[in-house]
Amino acid sequence: MITAIPTPTNIWKSLMVDDFILRALAAGIGVALIAGPLGCFVVWRRMAYFGDSLAHSALLGIALGLLYGININLGTVIICTLFAFLLVWLQQRRVLATDTLLGILAHAALSIGMVALSFLNNVSFDLYSYLFGDILTVRISDLYWIYGGGLVVIGLLVFNWSSLTLMTLNEDLARAEGVNTVWANILLMLLMTIVVAVSIRIVGILLITSMLIIPAATARQLVSSPENMAIWAAIFGLIAVIAGISGSVEFDTPSGPSIVTAAAVIFALLSTVAAMRRRA
Amino acid sequence: MTDLLSARGVSVYRDGKTILEDVSLSIGEKDFITIIGPNGAGKSMLLKCMMGFYAPSKGEVVRRAGLKIGYVPQRLVADHTVPIRVRRFLTLRKKASRDVLQKVAEETAIEEILEQPIHVLSGGELQRVLLARALLDEPDLLVLDEPAQNLDVTGQLAFYKLIEQIYAERDVSILMVSHDLHLVMSSTREVVCLYHHICCHGEPNMVTRDPEFISLFGNDMARLMAVYNHSHDHDHDHDEGSHPHDHGHSHTHEHLEKLDG
Repeated sequence: MITAIPTPTNIWKSLMVDDFILRALAAGIGVALIAGPLGCFVVWRRMAYFGDSLAHSALLGIALGLLYGININLGTVIICTLFAFLLVWLQQRRVLATDTLLGILAHAALSIGMVALSFLNNVSFDLYSYLFGDILTVRISDLYWIYGGGLVVIGLLVFNWSSLTLMTLNEDLARAEGVNTVWANILLMLLMTIVVAVSIRIVGILLITSMLIIPAATARQLVSSPENMAIWAAIFGLIAVIAGISGSVEFDTPSGPSIVTAAAVIFALLSTVAAMRRRA
Repeated sequence: MTDLLSARGVSVYRDGKTILEDVSLSIGEKDFITIIGPNGAGKSMLLKCMMGFYAPSKGEVVRRAGLKIGYVPQRLVADHTVPIRVRRFLTLRKKASRDVLQKVAEETAIEEILEQPIHVLSGGELQRVLLARALLDEPDLLVLDEPAQNLDVTGQLAFYKLIEQIYAERDVSILMVSHDLHLVMSSTREVVCLYHHICCHGEPNMVTRDPEFISLFGNDMARLMAVYNHSHDHDHDHDEGSHPHDHGHSHTHEHLEKLDG
């Protein structure tokens, strides 16, 4: 089983760490590497609330997965994608503001998910672990999802990087220069659904957005190019994940909040340093 | 026809409202056309249709094969959340050699700010950076959407002067939407006055005497523009300037007929 895990974790293995920690670390590292670069676009394009809503709707995906015996990652990707398209369709009708629509859709999906889950009395189900992440639940198959999905996300992001960045700066300019902005917006949403789906085990539904935002916001304080922001966001995410999971194992705390706490501490430290440097 | 870009009978209807009605407009080589009109007249929509952002409800937009358009948007919202320097911004999605970049930077006077992050630039600097980006691929046509709207008067003057200089030095046509009547009237070669349809069309000093222009912008504005052009004519164009009041209307209409025919 362990042979499937990439090299950095083998070092841990030699330190006689349990399998589940290795799996959790591998999963967390994968999530951090994807969420950092994509998180830059979430910060730049102010998609934080969208990400949050998407994550809420994931609970419905989990419910459907459990009810019909579909893989939970797959169920989440399907539901989140439907959610994203429904949102785009409603946005285009321009009857209500986007934040209103997101509020309606997110909470409706969360509630329907909860109602559906309440029908699952006979299945052993720990809601808490889905909301806040639980490293004990990470399986090898989840690693395939994280690294497979991660390759897709990073590949598409790298391939479309200039177009997406230009569109972020000015949508008309991008359109004038031949970027299909409708497609590019859909692409960003689809990439976010993948990140949401693969992050649930580690950080949990309620905290996924922070994995997208906090490392990117931390990176913003250091860099002067969009590419460097993506790289540093991945690095800060990585540090937060390793610190958070280590803490989670050490103190028996839920993994999601532990990782996010670590990320927030890094953010606070760097913000302070940056503020002091600016004053000096 | 060597038209670079033309709208043929373009109409746009949105939410039951007519935004553009049967608008035809052609940009040929070395044309310098400015579209003016009050707020909500459909100027931006016409530009967006001509750029191909929107498909018109009726009519068509014809683009010469291989036409290279440089587009300058109204403004770049310089958002400090996106860390990007001017040089990187200019080369996003563009393959410009160092020499070309240097030449364009000199032309638009942005050499000094190439290494600065875009969010610290002033409004005028940002517009010059956008203009530089539009010029990087040696476009055949520059399309500018109210490019000086967010600048102060000095900034506007300087920006329009720069546009004129580029027009004079490069083999380029210009299509511009503008709000700044007084500045446009002094610099552009041809004005299209738009209010859902094309009200009048011609040289600036003729357009200001057109009854439709007067009804659109009011008598005061028309008189102001006419006075402005009058003095302007004396400097540069003695034939026209000597009898502006007698010839105004008939000239404009002749010109329109020619264009329509």
